[in-house]
Amino acid sequence: MSGDSEAREAVGEYKAGWHDPENSTIRFDFGLSEEVVRQISELKEEPEWMTDIRVKAFKHFSERPMPTWGNMSMLEEIDFENICYYLKSSDSTERDWEDVPEDIRNTFERLGIPEAEQKWLSGVTAQYESEAVYHSIREDLEKQGVIFLDMDSGLKEYPEIVKKWFCSVVPYSDNKFSALNTAVWSGGSFIYVPEGVHVEMPVQAYFRINAKNMGQFERTLIIADKGSSIHYVEGCTAPSYSTDSLHSAVVELVALPGSHIRYSTIQNWSSNVYNLVTKRGIAHEDAKIEWVDGNIGSKLTMKYPAVILKGEGSHAEVISVAYSGEGQHQDAGAKIHHLASNTTSKILSKSISKNGGRGTYRGMVTVSPKADNCKLNVVCDALILDEGSRSDTYPTMEVANPSARCEHEASVSKVSDDQLFYLMSRGHSEEESLAMIVNGFFEPFTRELPMEYAVELNQLMALEMEGSIG
Amino acid sequence: MSGQSTLLEINDLHAGIDGNEILRGINLKIGPGEIHAIMGRNGSGKTTTANVIMGHPDFDVEKGDVILEGESLLELEAWERARKGVFLSFQYPQAVPGLQVGNFLRKSVASIRGEDEAKGSVFREELTSAMESLDIPRSFMSRYVNDGFSGGEKKRFEILQLMLLKPRLAVLDETDSGLDIDGIRTVSEGVNAAIRGTDSAALIITHYSRILEHVQPDMVHVLLDGRIVASGGPELATKLEVRGYEWLKEE
Repeated sequence: MSGDSEAREAVGEYKAGWHDPENSTIRFDFGLSEEVVRQISELKEEPEWMTDIRVKAFKHFSERPMPTWGNMSMLEEIDFENICYYLKSSDSTERDWEDVPEDIRNTFERLGIPEAEQKWLSGVTAQYESEAVYHSIREDLEKQGVIFLDMDSGLKEYPEIVKKWFCSVVPYSDNKFSALNTAVWSGGSFIYVPEGVHVEMPVQAYFRINAKNMGQFERTLIIADKGSSIHYVEGCTAPSYSTDSLHSAVVELVALPGSHIRYSTIQNWSSNVYNLVTKRGIAHEDAKIEWVDGNIGSKLTMKYPAVILKGEGSHAEVISVAYSGEGQHQDAGAKIHHLASNTTSKILSKSISKNGGRGTYRGMVTVSPKADNCKLNVVCDALILDEGSRSDTYPTMEVANPSARCEHEASVSKVSDDQLFYLMSRGHSEEESLAMIVNGFFEPFTRELPMEYAVELNQLMALEMEGSIG
Repeated sequence: MSGQSTLLEINDLHAGIDGNEILRGINLKIGPGEIHAIMGRNGSGKTTTANVIMGHPDFDVEKGDVILEGESLLELEAWERARKGVFLSFQYPQAVPGLQVGNFLRKSVASIRGEDEAKGSVFREELTSAMESLDIPRSFMSRYVNDGFSGGEKKRFEILQLMLLKPRLAVLDETDSGLDIDGIRTVSEGVNAAIRGTDSAALIITHYSRILEHVQPDMVHVLLDGRIVASGGPELATKLEVRGYEWLKEE
């Protein structure tokens, strides 16, 4: 039996677990060194400042110890020398799906991306391994001055904007994995929304890892100028392999005064992917940043979407769900820093653990001494589906201004036999009944998603509940 | 009674929970179109009877059989029994936060009566008229199943499900408890509408005879210590209301 089919068996019904033959045009050897970092930059014909920042970040990564929270034993298992840091499968980024190499196009068609694009999206970026293979934005938005590019093209075409904001929200020295990403980043999205422009329909980026032992390090930068708004959606999947892959992204959001950025994620990596991501936004006066963050797959996820409320009257929301199945650990949460007066924030975290899975909520909310009349609301709920599964909550609040109004609620619940019996007495099998309870539990999250994603998430959870009844 | 005129047959049913025997040999036959009542005090085995008919996994049947239209139910799971036409109106309906009432009703009708029955304008009309007859406002549809419902709302929601699911056998466990007079009348009208004039049947399990003034039972059975100790017409309910349960012990 090959390792691949073993792995597929282990993850059960993961539907995006197929892989295509690897037809790479450029593939780096395994392992990481300053040489590799310089080669990536050279290959991309980057300006010198970017090469310098990559090298500095690499040095920081090499010296920086592993995080001391999350799941240290799983982190120690990452073999940085057995990962491919750059792999290119297509010679260029196309604007027409017909021009994308057939096998890659087929993959995205199976994932439903071109169809979604036609029906309800303003623009799409599709990234395969290290590079974007397809990219498109609606003409009317382009005419209004909206920039939506893959990050490499962004750097080429708008170097001054990128230079101004790159690493301004997440410095490379923020943590070990932000340093790694800054050193070897490739792909991701670059978005600029001009003053007063409202992008009504969401734009989407889809990230697909196909190769074994692959590292994907996309870098995303979104700048919403004064009074503008945008909804960005990202999805991600990978094949099921018996060896591990690494996904380590950095996302930086800049919400200028009065703007609104909503960033929605449905992470559905296969259970051999380490998902170690740094996401952070800065909200200026009266701006609003929302992270809608769903973590369904991966082996270990460590991700705490953050908002710095820098301007007066700004608002932050982090709504997240995490599902941990067998062998999975979702260590997720939120960080919000109230630096200015009259700022408000809301965190809603929901986690489900099943089949020995482990869910952790790790949150931090701070209020600085100078920030008056802030309002904070934190709710975290955990649902444990069986005996061997685990849920932990680490909420931290540091409030240095007495005028702040803080609310915090936490709950841990189990599915009761009586609840299942009630639903079963209405003709629903035990699995269907469990899926109803689970989807109900996630409902405050799903209702925030575009309808198409909400339906997909519900189906995904129903699939996870299949075969789960002993 | 011939086999064809029996909808539900319970034979020498012994059942309990965690090794404690609660039902000690129940016998009961209900024909199509009939409404029977089981009356008894707390602890006599009323709710156990309801749970065993529906198939609650916590209860063990040690002996006897429960037969619906000639087929034993005991090997079937609760959801399979529901699809065969058994319905239980719960004494304590469970809340499912996040599951919208409208969505739940549609799914339940689809799984019990078939996908086609849950679609289109016929279903919507059926739903609207059932809701009107039970004084349930439209806004109810977007609430979550039993989540934050008052006692009366829960009971009306159970009867709404009864009306939409159109079971062969409806078991109503203490449906009248926690309801005021108007509530009992409304709920009773729902039960009558769902059963009277059809070839379905109902088994009303109750402590008090109040609901039986509005839903005239064909037969009343008295449950005491896990056995049916007396059966009779509606006048038996009146007698119990006046004299209580003590006299039965003496008899």
